[in-house]
Amino acid sequence: MGSAAQRTDGSRLVRFLARRSAQAALTLLAIVMLNFLIVHLAPGDAIDVLAGEFGGADTAYLEKLRRSYGLDQPLYIQLFQYLFNVAQLNLGFSFRNNMPVFELIMTRLPATLLLMVASMLLSFSAGLLLGVFSARRVNTFADDAVSVLALLCYATPLFWFGLMAIVLFTVKLNLLPGNGMYTIGANLGWFAAALDVARHMVLPACSLALFHMAVYTRLMRASMLEIFGLDYIRTARAKGLSQRRIAFRHVLPNAILPMVTMLGLQVGSLLGGAVLVETVFGWPGLGRLAFDAILQRDHNLLIGILLLGSALVVIANLLTDLLYAWLDPRIEVA
Amino acid sequence: MAAWRDFWRRYRRKTSAMIGLVLLCFVMLVALVGPWLVSADPWDIVVSPFLWPGVDPEFPLGSDTLGRDILSGIVHGSRVSLLIGLAATAAALGVGVTVGAVAGYFRGWPDDLLMRITELFQTIPTFLLAVVLVAIFKPSMLTIILVISAVSWPAVARLVRAEFLSLREREFVQSCVVIGMSEARIIFQQILPNCLAPIIVMSSILVASAILTESGLSFLGLGDPNLMSWGTMIGIGREAMRTAWYMSALPGVAIVITVLALNLVGEGLNDALNPRLKNR
Repeated sequence: MGSAAQRTDGSRLVRFLARRSAQAALTLLAIVMLNFLIVHLAPGDAIDVLAGEFGGADTAYLEKLRRSYGLDQPLYIQLFQYLFNVAQLNLGFSFRNNMPVFELIMTRLPATLLLMVASMLLSFSAGLLLGVFSARRVNTFADDAVSVLALLCYATPLFWFGLMAIVLFTVKLNLLPGNGMYTIGANLGWFAAALDVARHMVLPACSLALFHMAVYTRLMRASMLEIFGLDYIRTARAKGLSQRRIAFRHVLPNAILPMVTMLGLQVGSLLGGAVLVETVFGWPGLGRLAFDAILQRDHNLLIGILLLGSALVVIANLLTDLLYAWLDPRIEVA
Repeated sequence: MAAWRDFWRRYRRKTSAMIGLVLLCFVMLVALVGPWLVSADPWDIVVSPFLWPGVDPEFPLGSDTLGRDILSGIVHGSRVSLLIGLAATAAALGVGVTVGAVAGYFRGWPDDLLMRITELFQTIPTFLLAVVLVAIFKPSMLTIILVISAVSWPAVARLVRAEFLSLREREFVQSCVVIGMSEARIIFQQILPNCLAPIIVMSSILVASAILTESGLSFLGLGDPNLMSWGTMIGIGREAMRTAWYMSALPGVAIVITVLALNLVGEGLNDALNPRLKNR
């Protein structure tokens, strides 16, 4: 490996990054425009919502308000205004919470990210283990049992699983907390506080992880089985390597690649699931905020959450691409 | 006829597929004739509240917080779930097949444009989008169906496009072009029937996920306010979860059975329609 080769390799990665970032920016722009479309297709405009907030107002005053907010302008001007605002991270104002939407979202984001990362790690590792377990015992009773488990996880609504988990672990067994993120009023040191949050996170993270654990299990099993049939595995067998060594050193590293692709795709569905799980467990994150916004008919806030959620998915996809390119040198990055 | 018998022979071979079929037939039977066998209106207060299941033989599944018959709710809910699942899937298939067929057959700029739009819809968090749309456009049976189809067509479009891309290179399509067949006939009469198998398999999965999405929406209070759906019942039962957990548990079991049945049937169809992959 000469330094020239390394340099070209580096510049290829930079070009790859630049192209993917440009694509991501375009996707974001399109999503913002789609959001604008949704807001404009909605029955009634922002002023109607405001009027509803104040319990009605006379039409002349509403017209004046419309003019002052630029809502009497042609649609394309309004679109530019909207794009301009979003570019400055101005997502409007939540009158219900008396706070700018962007600030409100940012205060709730960390709790959701924590929950998402935990359930991602959980579903990925549990799916990996179950998939490998089942692929090494293909067509046995154990393999069938894992398949049935995965099918049940596919069919279970995660909010219902969460409710049942609360009934069992919180109400009946009194083992784990089933509401909130920390014990209210407890004055704990940093370690005890972290442990407290972790205990509160067990049930919601498991509920959120359930579906994707099944996805990863089936993906990993199929992927392992496919690679077991390849020529280089036959070579490894012919060399007399043990089954265990073949499975873990030769098959596993290659079988993981399709799972990495799934990671980026999972983020979007985790955000949707977070709305349900956070509502069930009273977890103070974005999902719970979205539920409150539904109850309060706070459309500004809902649209803002959708926009930021989409941005999160775009970023996650970008990261997955990079991770993939780093893990698999065969991927053409140029 | 021979093809059907052959298909049935292959489908029947798998126990799980048969279990799924039996469960699905049961759920459909309940949805079809059940509403005539239970209380006419699931919203009616017919008995004292908080009646546990198995106590009163007249109300075998008990009553909810207001004294409504839970069995009646579950039976009427099966109709709502299946109807929304089927209608949303039909609409998603309509859009997805059209988009996928046009993109895969014509390639070039229509393909680029349509695939960018498809990717866009796949980037936006699906359930979150459904929540926002239903909340803004007011929950009703129609909006729920439209919204679920709006978030589920991209998967169909990608599948159909991939099938069209490979099928349009085949010799039978080339010969249709040579004899001057119109493009519409080639697309609908020649290529589309050849990609029906994967579309059918995907449909059963789509119905299942539509039912899950609907239950999530109505649990959040975004269901049709006039319809008793399983998600609504879980939401109602949640208020009394600490003492009367059966109120949320029972409708959830109904969802699990229905969705499981659809997934099993989907897998069975996949194995029976793609005999090449049967050893997977």
